[in-house]
Amino acid sequence: MSSDVSSKAPPEAVRPINDAPAVRLREVVKTYDREGLQVTAVNGISLEIPRRRFAMIVGPSGSGKTTLLNLIGCIDTPSAGYIEVCGENVAALSDRRVTDFRARNIGFIFQNFNLFPVLSAYENVEYPLLLLGMPAAERHKRTLAMLESVDLAAQQHHRPNQLSGGQKQRVAIARALVKKPELVLADEPTANLDSHTGAAIIALMRHAQSEHATSFVFSTHDPQLISHADDTFTIRDGRLVELRA
Amino acid sequence: MILFKIALRNILRNSRRSAMTIGAVAVGAIAMVLFGQFMAFLVTGFETSTVRRTGHLSVFHNGYFDFGAGNPSAYGIDDYIGMIRMIDDDPVLKPMLAVVTPTVSLFGIAGNFDIDASKTFFGLGVVPSDRDRMRQWDEHHMFTDGIATADALDDSGLRDDDETRGVVGVGVARILGLCVKLKVHNCPTPPQTAVSGHSDMPPSRTDLTELTQRDHDTAQPAPADSSPRLDLLAATAAGAPNVVSMVVSKAEPEGIKELDENTVVMHIKLAQQLLYGRGAHKAVAIVVQLRSTSDMTAARARLNDLIKLHGLDLEVRDFTELQPQYEQVIGMFSTIFMFIVIVMGTIVLFTVVNTMSMSVMERTNEIGTARAMGVRRSSIRWQFVIEGWMLGIVGVCVGLMLAAVIAAVVNRAGMSWTPPGQAAPIPLRLLTHGSGRLVLIVGLGLVAMATVAALIPANRAARMQVVDALRHI
Repeated sequence: MSSDVSSKAPPEAVRPINDAPAVRLREVVKTYDREGLQVTAVNGISLEIPRRRFAMIVGPSGSGKTTLLNLIGCIDTPSAGYIEVCGENVAALSDRRVTDFRARNIGFIFQNFNLFPVLSAYENVEYPLLLLGMPAAERHKRTLAMLESVDLAAQQHHRPNQLSGGQKQRVAIARALVKKPELVLADEPTANLDSHTGAAIIALMRHAQSEHATSFVFSTHDPQLISHADDTFTIRDGRLVELRA
Repeated sequence: MILFKIALRNILRNSRRSAMTIGAVAVGAIAMVLFGQFMAFLVTGFETSTVRRTGHLSVFHNGYFDFGAGNPSAYGIDDYIGMIRMIDDDPVLKPMLAVVTPTVSLFGIAGNFDIDASKTFFGLGVVPSDRDRMRQWDEHHMFTDGIATADALDDSGLRDDDETRGVVGVGVARILGLCVKLKVHNCPTPPQTAVSGHSDMPPSRTDLTELTQRDHDTAQPAPADSSPRLDLLAATAAGAPNVVSMVVSKAEPEGIKELDENTVVMHIKLAQQLLYGRGAHKAVAIVVQLRSTSDMTAARARLNDLIKLHGLDLEVRDFTELQPQYEQVIGMFSTIFMFIVIVMGTIVLFTVVNTMSMSVMERTNEIGTARAMGVRRSSIRWQFVIEGWMLGIVGVCVGLMLAAVIAAVVNRAGMSWTPPGQAAPIPLRLLTHGSGRLVLIVGLGLVAMATVAALIPANRAARMQVVDALRHI
């Protein structure tokens, strides 16, 4: 997928306020209607994630982790409650402006990597910069630097199907970080990796978070990863049951 | 640029499906272009042959067109020479004119009493040199480029300085037993049993033969060559029977069977002598052949102005009115062409919709990822529209190239066919010369159709909810 990048730089009005927390949720509820049955995935969660933290949302499968990340990532809308991301009341933004807000401020890392199969590693990483309308020279420089930082400069011309799972996730991390977003969201980024590669990916994310001074929020159901987090939010049945800072 | 790069790579990624779609577009382009070129060949050929025979415009005495066939002598144009001069000298018409010539049309009986054969005929009196010039008309280069047979450039069989000579249709020659003497190929001779002597003729036939014989006695001596003669009988303006003798120079095919079996073309003086006898000689029509058919409307309007200005009791008709088959043929082929366009367009539309719908379905997760990363709905829509557009472009290019190859093969194959109502086969050719507009319209039309078809699944992709798209497996 792509965009006509030349005129897609998000407007100044949606730039974050720098002293606000990365994420602020107040009594957020998300209810789905599944064939007439009301299912509450997130049930009145309130939390605050400070900037430049490595935060982890922990909980068993079906606890509402992914729904919560989707709400924070502005790709889903709450049924009730207030969501502020990087100082912006995202519920008040139109679809177009919230799309631009995501392009500028939020990076995503997916469990299944979600790289574009027709683009090379280099092009996948470059892609978010195209959305921002960045000049070619700056784009090239930043993309190469990002690939080097995840140790994939040698594989920059490889397509996703020529990369291993760990390499794909490193490309995904580079893609999420290349635009220097305020917030990076990762939904179970190690779920499809073996334990050794998963640990390496977590270490890379931790390193990238501190190097780029970015706020990281990622979800996992693996309690062994909790030790890596600055903040841990445990949820169960859509409710926040424990907060460990 | 990235949109085009992704579109192209996705087309290549699903190469088999893309090839099927491109193939459907290409087949559509081939069908439309080849049929359009075939239709253009027929219509242009028909226009050329009609304009060569009847000119673009004909000036008649008022009422001739509706009633004159029953009594052509009563609808003659008296001062036709003055009228021709007026048309020739008109500054508005002059640059448009190719030939302005008088003609005489009449009906009568043609007889070859050597074998006791006779039949009714439709006679046309022409100025031979003008007729020859009219037969050179080739605005669309059908003959000069070798697209059609250049029989019109052969000896026409008529000469300005020989008023006795005439030409007949091949059918007339066959019926009147002239094929052997005229050396007409593929023309059967009448069986011997059908030929009988004068003694068996009924009294009325004997009278007609005597009348003919008397006419022979007063006419010019028979030509030195072995050309056969026909005796032409018609009623004069006064209603009296009149007979002239005509030396048949040649028989030529007239295309349509009815014309082929009825046409006798002669020198205008001979026709006038037959129709008006010793009375004042008139023309039945003044035929105006223009340099270009596109001038026909303007020339007709100017002729009407001149007629009105001089208070003449004349009317102007164009060749499509004189040859109603012309419009009918165009109408029939246009309808078939539209049918092909609708069928092929529908196939292209559904193929592209199907291909792009499958692409959207397969790439739902990508759509969700792109939307999550900040790609706007409009860009998602553009992505798929561009893919449809590209499939259309490639399909059209392939189709047009194949159509060019097929047209070249067909045009060199020497195929022929006999259209309904035609007396003889005509070449089956495709008019590639000057078909740029057709190719452009077909190309642009199919590309537009493929693009519009892609818009349906593209809109579906653009409307997807990000979360639903990401959840799609």
